[in-house]
Amino acid sequence: MRSYVVSRLLGLIPTLAIISVIIFAVIQLPEGDVVSSTLDRLAAQGIAPTEEYVQNLRAQYNLDKPMALQYLYWAGNFLTGDMGYSYVFERPVNDLVWERLGYTLSITVSALLFTWIVALPIGIYSAVRQYSIGDYVMTTIALVGLATPPFLLALIFMHLGFEWFGVSTGGLFSPEYEDAAWSWGRVVDMLAHLWLPMVIVGLGSAAFTMRILRANLLDELNKPYVVTARAKGVGPVKLVLKYPVRIAINPFISNIGLMLPALVSGEALVSLVMGLPTIGPLLLQSLLNQDMFLAGSLLMWLAILTVVGILLSDLLLAWVDPRIRFE
Amino acid sequence: MSDVAPTSHARGSPSRSPAEGSVLVAGAAQAGEDATAISPRRLMWLRFRRHRLALVSGAFLIVLYTLAAFCEFISPYGTVTRNDDAINAPPMRVHFFDAEGEFHLRPFVYAYQMEVDPETWIRIYTEDTSRRFPIRFFARGEPYKMWNLFEMDRHLFTVDEGGYIHLFGTDPLGRDMFSRVFYGGRVSLSIGIVGVVLTIVLGILLGGLAGYLGGLVDRAVNKMIEVLQCLPSLPLWMALSATLPVHWSPLLVYFGITIILSLFGWTSLARQVRGRFLALREEDFVMAARLMGADTPRVITKHMLPSFSSHIIATATLAVPGMILGETALSFLGIGLRPPVVSWGVLMFQAQNPLVIELTPWQMLPGLFVVLTVMAFNLLGDGLRDAADPYSTAGTQ
Repeated sequence: MRSYVVSRLLGLIPTLAIISVIIFAVIQLPEGDVVSSTLDRLAAQGIAPTEEYVQNLRAQYNLDKPMALQYLYWAGNFLTGDMGYSYVFERPVNDLVWERLGYTLSITVSALLFTWIVALPIGIYSAVRQYSIGDYVMTTIALVGLATPPFLLALIFMHLGFEWFGVSTGGLFSPEYEDAAWSWGRVVDMLAHLWLPMVIVGLGSAAFTMRILRANLLDELNKPYVVTARAKGVGPVKLVLKYPVRIAINPFISNIGLMLPALVSGEALVSLVMGLPTIGPLLLQSLLNQDMFLAGSLLMWLAILTVVGILLSDLLLAWVDPRIRFE
Repeated sequence: MSDVAPTSHARGSPSRSPAEGSVLVAGAAQAGEDATAISPRRLMWLRFRRHRLALVSGAFLIVLYTLAAFCEFISPYGTVTRNDDAINAPPMRVHFFDAEGEFHLRPFVYAYQMEVDPETWIRIYTEDTSRRFPIRFFARGEPYKMWNLFEMDRHLFTVDEGGYIHLFGTDPLGRDMFSRVFYGGRVSLSIGIVGVVLTIVLGILLGGLAGYLGGLVDRAVNKMIEVLQCLPSLPLWMALSATLPVHWSPLLVYFGITIILSLFGWTSLARQVRGRFLALREEDFVMAARLMGADTPRVITKHMLPSFSSHIIATATLAVPGMILGETALSFLGIGLRPPVVSWGVLMFQAQNPLVIELTPWQMLPGLFVVLTVMAFNLLGDGLRDAADPYSTAGTQ
């Protein structure tokens, strides 16, 4: 187990290195850079910068160096925890990222938990009572849930929340807690707002997981050992839960790798619609303002979040299923 | 199908009991055919036909794509034609019986009657039963250029001059939603197909190279796939489409978005192709072809590709929804396609405010079309995937 963990951890390094190169390439793509947009702003204010000022500015952002060196500076700064300065928000990127990253993480993780809690009983029910009315209803909901874009769901839920409960469902906090310091009341308030984005983000992956669980469990239930157990008089609940479910449940862990990127994407989209203070809206703003330093850091953080999540799920799977460790 | 097990399970295929396999053979025997003598293609069709939902979905998609292809003719209006008498007007009802209860063989619609709510200033539309517009089929209406080539003015349905027909209502500028939904469908639906074609090319090229050459190339491609698959795609799509220059023409942006979508979509296909190549490389018929002097391109295109083309089609079908949803999400955020281009995502961009659902819910109709299309592609793909391997024993997926 230890050698497996070490090899996986070492494998993380090249993966993150490749990702950082991709992201650096992406943020270099737009025409113009920090300096040219600063000069544009100065020109708009009627200030004509001197040649020396421009040179200094380029040197400050390392733009006078070759591309490979620029990348190394960028990656090095990121590693040492200095993510640069956002000239749109006129604040260090560090200040902007941390809190939002926490919210992104809590929505994504709770959506994952929601996925499991919902998919497990429904998947088992649908498989055991195959072709019953309940099964048809659930499979249909799952089909629709898979096909509905998260932003559409968010719009519909916000509308329903407004219609039925008369509450505005946007945001993560009630107005009175918006700028308050962390307290017990603020945590409760956040949880009261968190469930809706959690459900919306998690619905697609819940549908996906439920369908897999149903299919796997159906395969499992037809196997001879189940028939034998039934013939020997094992009770119906124990018969299903003891072995078939335990085998069919493996994708719950192994599919985190498939689901996590989708959850992070969905979270960004839903946050934009519902005005949640997470990474997604900040990313869109930084992209629209061509604040590529900020955008690069945000992309990198989202990538790290997913990659580390997938790594954890792989380790968990190796711990649960010994066959994987020895491959 | 063991080499694709985790991903092929991913969509949760309907599982079959072993008994159904023999039903298939029995069905073929009933049709007066020897089960062992059926061509693979016929076997696939027999197998596909059992998926009722997949059949229905396929038919639905064919209809939808046909409508979108001929959207100039289907739509009564263009995308920018404005009707100042109908701002944010609800969908019209088609009548056969008029207000006096009299039956008319030719269906008709009533004109809008607009009132403004004195308190909220919201426009309320009712039917003006004194003004009746019979629907004319294949009649002359607004002139248009079919496929930008032929000047035409016939529409599938329209009303006489002076009247108007808005089956899906109108938007805040008084433009006909029905027309916009179908014009938008042309863009959104075709992005799915064009994107998937690009995906197939990339996937076969890279997956094929990796599987056929092996060694260092295989390792590099595999690492690339691994990295790309664990990246959240939407944020990267957002970053890439935000870098598309603002001065690009709509057509360039269209292809730009398509390329961006397929840049991250080729991985699952490439992984499948690679697995197939690895397996087929050892097959006798490949060895035979090589011994008879066929060069590598010939071995790949003539002998290996045909043997798993059905799998590629099934995987590609399952990849279309991702493309359509991607375009919709990007345009919805305002960084994908932009007006005056009309796509389902662009149409949804107008509906960002939850108030829109409250007051003018018909503006969410493009969303309904997205959901139906994606659902149809998912079901069709499931059916195709099960049919793709006609010789697999049922139930052992």
